[in-house]
Amino acid sequence: MTARISRWPGIELRAADLIEGKVTQTRFRPDAKYAWSAGEAMSRFLEELQNGRFIARTCHKCERILFPPRMFCEECFRPTDEWTFIQDTGTIETFSVSYLDTDAKRIVEPILVGVVSLDGASPKMGMMHYFGEMTKEEIRIGMRVKAEWKPPGDRRGSVLDIRYFRPLRED
Amino acid sequence: MTFLDRTTDARKFRHWEGNVEADYIYTSGVAGERFFVTLRDEGRMLASRCTVCKLDYLPPRMFCEDCFAELTEFVDVPRAGRVAAVTVAHIDRTGAKLSHPQVWAFVTFEGIRGGLFHRLLVAPKQARAGLSVQVRLKPRNGRTGTIADIEGFEPVRS
Amino acid sequence: MIGAGMTLFRRRLQETGKEMCFEATKMALDSAGLTRADVDMVVCGTAPDAFDGVAMKGEYLLDGSGGYRKPCTRVFTGGGTGVFSTIAGWWHVASGLADVVLVVNEEKMSSCQPHPQSVFANIWDPILDRPLKPNLVWIFAMEMNRYMTVYGVKKEDIARVAVKNKRNAVGHPCAQLADPNITVDDVLNSEVMAWPVQRLDISPPSDGASAVILASEDFIRKRRIKDRAWISGVGWCIDSTMWTDRDLVFPEYVARAAKHAYKMAKIDAPRRQIDFAEPYDPFDYKELHHLEGLLLADKGEAPVLTREGVTERDGKLPVCPSGGLLGVGNPIAATMGMKIGELFWQLTGQAGKRQIPHEVHTGVSQAWGDLMQYGSVVVMKG
Repeated sequence: MTARISRWPGIELRAADLIEGKVTQTRFRPDAKYAWSAGEAMSRFLEELQNGRFIARTCHKCERILFPPRMFCEECFRPTDEWTFIQDTGTIETFSVSYLDTDAKRIVEPILVGVVSLDGASPKMGMMHYFGEMTKEEIRIGMRVKAEWKPPGDRRGSVLDIRYFRPLRED
Repeated sequence: MTFLDRTTDARKFRHWEGNVEADYIYTSGVAGERFFVTLRDEGRMLASRCTVCKLDYLPPRMFCEDCFAELTEFVDVPRAGRVAAVTVAHIDRTGAKLSHPQVWAFVTFEGIRGGLFHRLLVAPKQARAGLSVQVRLKPRNGRTGTIADIEGFEPVRS
Repeated sequence: MIGAGMTLFRRRLQETGKEMCFEATKMALDSAGLTRADVDMVVCGTAPDAFDGVAMKGEYLLDGSGGYRKPCTRVFTGGGTGVFSTIAGWWHVASGLADVVLVVNEEKMSSCQPHPQSVFANIWDPILDRPLKPNLVWIFAMEMNRYMTVYGVKKEDIARVAVKNKRNAVGHPCAQLADPNITVDDVLNSEVMAWPVQRLDISPPSDGASAVILASEDFIRKRRIKDRAWISGVGWCIDSTMWTDRDLVFPEYVARAAKHAYKMAKIDAPRRQIDFAEPYDPFDYKELHHLEGLLLADKGEAPVLTREGVTERDGKLPVCPSGGLLGVGNPIAATMGMKIGELFWQLTGQAGKRQIPHEVHTGVSQAWGDLMQYGSVVVMKG
């Protein structure tokens, strides 16, 4: 900017200014709790997770098998047609090795997380999940993996009914 | 066109529960800092003056919303004000019943644009618009520089 | 566009959101020689209410944005707001409804404790993603990894973007993170957050506000306004939130938005006809990703152009001459100051220490937002 503008507004504060009360401030904690409806498609999706299975929806117009399942095809913009089960094996599309937890706190043992495209669904249809039974040196894009399910009694109808995806062993 | 599949057993519908949590710290800002520091340390209320539009804003603000001038002059708010509107609350912020009803009022001051919203320190039966009131502050050591430094408005003793 | 203004960008500012808007708006009005009375309508662009912690944030900010008793609109497209609000302002003037429109963007992320990360978490799907307790950095890391793996891009070439932008920001009076001495090694040695993302790959959360003024040809002619730049093309596009169904390697939604904007601006050879670019750079790899989305580089070619110095301020295609988000700061919607404001200041010769040393006539700016899904593009000419 030209010499025309000489004063750039903004009064900087440090974290300490707030913590030590050097400036006045008002504190507030909203108390927001939610119960999100899973809806038609996700209710069935969660029910089948509890059964140890992945379920998808088909769209006959674009001939895609949609996963996670949805009641309308977003491309053709029409209701999807049928339920269909897909496999619990797939391929790692991308991943990250995270040294941060959900609150941005540092962790020592990294979390391996990424996207798996599932066999039986249309190409690239995937879900995010953890990876286990592999080291950060071993993980790579293109690795073949399988869902490691919790025992039936521990499953609740949640994506956490899968512990993680692990390398697919030909046994 | 509706979905081709419909679940008819309501028990099959699932919910996912969670919360959306965060804490907030709101700075008072340039004008607010002046207002709250003066309230906390000197027990006085300030308004900010727009000399162009010839009006005084309460709560004070850094700019005139009409002529958009930057406001740097602060003036004292008169001691006594008048209740413009009043209400009696029976439930709290979460919807739970209050043990005693609370009286709240919007108070305006002669020659000042705007006003303040706060507790009205009278019994519900005596709550009415038109009352002449003044601020009751918390004691100095209980004041931290927020709107809660004001205990409420009480009737002016004539 | 006939005026622009912005506040300092810092991790935390004392001013309230309203006051930041006032400071930026007053600067823009003063720079164009206008008063609030000249303004017909106001557009406010601001990202999630949850950052400032004030619901109905657009309404809350309007008096500071000059909107008192005027027709006002708030628009919000996540990070895309930095460019999208200008597009919405353009609608107001191009439709013939208004002669002078203020576009004011603001963000006060410092209100959110302990860190704005806490509310970024809500962008994830509650059923599919949130139970996994994700950190938003993960999704950038996954996109970056995919991009690096598919095209064989080395981290050194990505780090060059952070170095370029933080050095460019030295010339920006509002910059939060300018660093004249930063090197590629500094970036590569910085703390790993979620591999492949490291600390110096990321722009910081910031408080700040920016404002621009749009005016019709009639108004500019009548008032004989000399400092002006023309919006010649606009485009915007969004993809689905089912992000796990997409190959993240290419931002299709940015390409579509760019095609609309180029068509409107009668640009059929962007690499030849665009002189400089301000793509959105919240992470260093995103500048590369977006350059390809903007069709200014072939797929996988952006790192090569960077390595060869083409995108330096004195190169053939200067990219982020402002210093970008990496150098100046990232108050989400208020980044309009660098994305749109920079185009204006460069095209009117007002960019001071950041002025591109050769003549420029056409610039493109782009912002990006949401769950890897939104692209907004504006083309401006002098």
